[in-house]
Amino acid sequence: MVENHSSYWQENLRIISKCLIIWFIVSYGFGLVLVEPLNEIRLGGYKLGFWFAQQGSIVTFVALVFWYSFKMNRLDKKYGVEE
Amino acid sequence: MDELKLYTYIAVFGSFGMYFAIAWWARAGSTKEFYVAGGGIGPLQNGMAIAADWMSAASFISMAGLIAFLGYGGSVFLMGWTGGYVLLAMLLAPYMRKHGKFTVPEFIGDRYYSKTARIVAVACLIIASLTYIIGQMKGVGVAFSRFLEVDYGLGLGIGMAVVWVYAVLGGMKGITYTQIAQYVVLIFAYTIPAIFISMQLTGNPIPQLGLGSTLADGSGVYLLDKLDLVVTELGFKEYTTGQLGNNANMIAYTLSLMIGTAGLPHVIMRFFTVASVKAARSSAGYALVFIALLYTVAPAVGAMARLNLMHTIEPAAGENLVYAERPQWFKDWEKTGLLKFEDKNGDGKIQYSADKVTNEMVKVDRDIMVLANPAIANLPNWVIALVAAGGLAAALSTAAGLLLAISSSVSHDLMKGVFTPDLSEKNELLASRIVMTLAILVSGYLGLNPPGFAAGTVALAFGLAASSIFPALMMGIFSRKISGPAAVWGMCSGIGITMLYVFMHKGIMFIPGTSFLGGLEPNWFFGISPNAFGAVGAVVNFAVAFAVCRVTGPAPIEIQKMVDNFRTPAGGVNVAQDH
Repeated sequence: MVENHSSYWQENLRIISKCLIIWFIVSYGFGLVLVEPLNEIRLGGYKLGFWFAQQGSIVTFVALVFWYSFKMNRLDKKYGVEE
Repeated sequence: MDELKLYTYIAVFGSFGMYFAIAWWARAGSTKEFYVAGGGIGPLQNGMAIAADWMSAASFISMAGLIAFLGYGGSVFLMGWTGGYVLLAMLLAPYMRKHGKFTVPEFIGDRYYSKTARIVAVACLIIASLTYIIGQMKGVGVAFSRFLEVDYGLGLGIGMAVVWVYAVLGGMKGITYTQIAQYVVLIFAYTIPAIFISMQLTGNPIPQLGLGSTLADGSGVYLLDKLDLVVTELGFKEYTTGQLGNNANMIAYTLSLMIGTAGLPHVIMRFFTVASVKAARSSAGYALVFIALLYTVAPAVGAMARLNLMHTIEPAAGENLVYAERPQWFKDWEKTGLLKFEDKNGDGKIQYSADKVTNEMVKVDRDIMVLANPAIANLPNWVIALVAAGGLAAALSTAAGLLLAISSSVSHDLMKGVFTPDLSEKNELLASRIVMTLAILVSGYLGLNPPGFAAGTVALAFGLAASSIFPALMMGIFSRKISGPAAVWGMCSGIGITMLYVFMHKGIMFIPGTSFLGGLEPNWFFGISPNAFGAVGAVVNFAVAFAVCRVTGPAPIEIQKMVDNFRTPAGGVNVAQDH
């Protein structure tokens, strides 16, 4: 049980890290730090950096939370800890 | 009575009637129903309720106005107030649900095996929630006084009475179902005018796409390019690139809002109402969908409102609006004092510019943009009436959630948990209802006599939650060893340094003249504004807690076992059974 618990937790931490890296890149990366170079690219009437700051990051956040929930449900089953 | 007023009465009192009916149907009979709605709310319903709980008068009324005038700089609110849900969904909600208690301070008290930690958490919670609720009460008062033309105080009183009925009667159960109804009201009220305006300006009915489209006037110019051109001609910052302070400030501000969002107790509490860890994870996803629906429309509302405002004042370059021919909405908002014109050069026309000397629009309050938007765009009266009901729904739903967070922390954590442990369930229920009534009266009083600091309070609440509650919760889950004294010292120093920084720059208790470093930018730490300082406070909290833990030793082994237990969805003792 103890080993089982710690590898379940390690896998959870890996999934969280992946999500938070993407979370960080789309908001702080594309939306704030890299906004100027990205603004050179256009997405219709949007400058790309501006689009990430006001639209793209939010849409990505939604996808991340659902993806996390999906991965965790599978992980729960794998370790037999689902409710 | 004119048509607009009639429609507004129907929309506002019709929605109130609906909330009352729901409250009567969902009365709470036990503490479990009162604190966590019985614990059996479905994830989709909980997602909607979280969205309404979370989206306050600030989101509904103020945010699009902020974006309209800040442009790109307003992105910190959009990313900050949504990105926090990623943290909440992965770092806090599932584990706190597994632990299965009623309140946030209770979780902190259990995890840090300390009544002191629990009391400190209650204090942080009350400070953050009370500052937040003043803003909601003001929103209710403004909506009533503008749309129904009743006295501000009377409007506030009606709002207090409505919240009292359904929150005190129904507790979390009543609040949950009314919040679902309020979400529906507010999302329609927000998106319908946006769809109309997007159609008018760009021909595209989806505001998120309209914002990136060309204008429908046949010019083939993109809306955002046109807006950049119009505002820079008058000397304002370019819309799509103008920053809020410097880069460090924008990053710190966004981070403060994100971790503040994840640390707000009235939102976290909502995750205790679902039946399982799995449902807690998915309700975070649904909540964010429902929130994103408004948050991706808001930038379109902001940009289009700004363009419409500019266009009204200066229909074509150099052809300014004659003051005597100003439209009705202009006159209506002038009456409220939120819009002011001063004919400086005496030509009878309105000159609007970034130059303070020649600018004649001496006051354009940002908060009026969403409320005035439908009138500026000449939308039908029923749309304007709907916006009034939506603004009230946003303010009331958040106020109810905050009141519950305050009352449960007093009746469940302070009374039952610490000072009078032998309180019977029936008396605890009575106590939380009395505390909630008192909290309504206090917040109503503060809404009526806003203290000098009311304007900046909502942003401050986030900084306080970010620097105190979020780090304590996160460390408690992700570190098995972090100890009670470490958490207490961490919370106190985090919230302490944040309040100190705010007071240094904005005055002690916001009394003007007592700020000893001055509110001006050159004195700011790395250019970080006081509202953005919560992120720094959180770092201090983490650092102090780990240092104290190294000196005083790790948490006892039973506590480490408890952490292992709430990290896994099944297995171990489900603590919720104890209640």
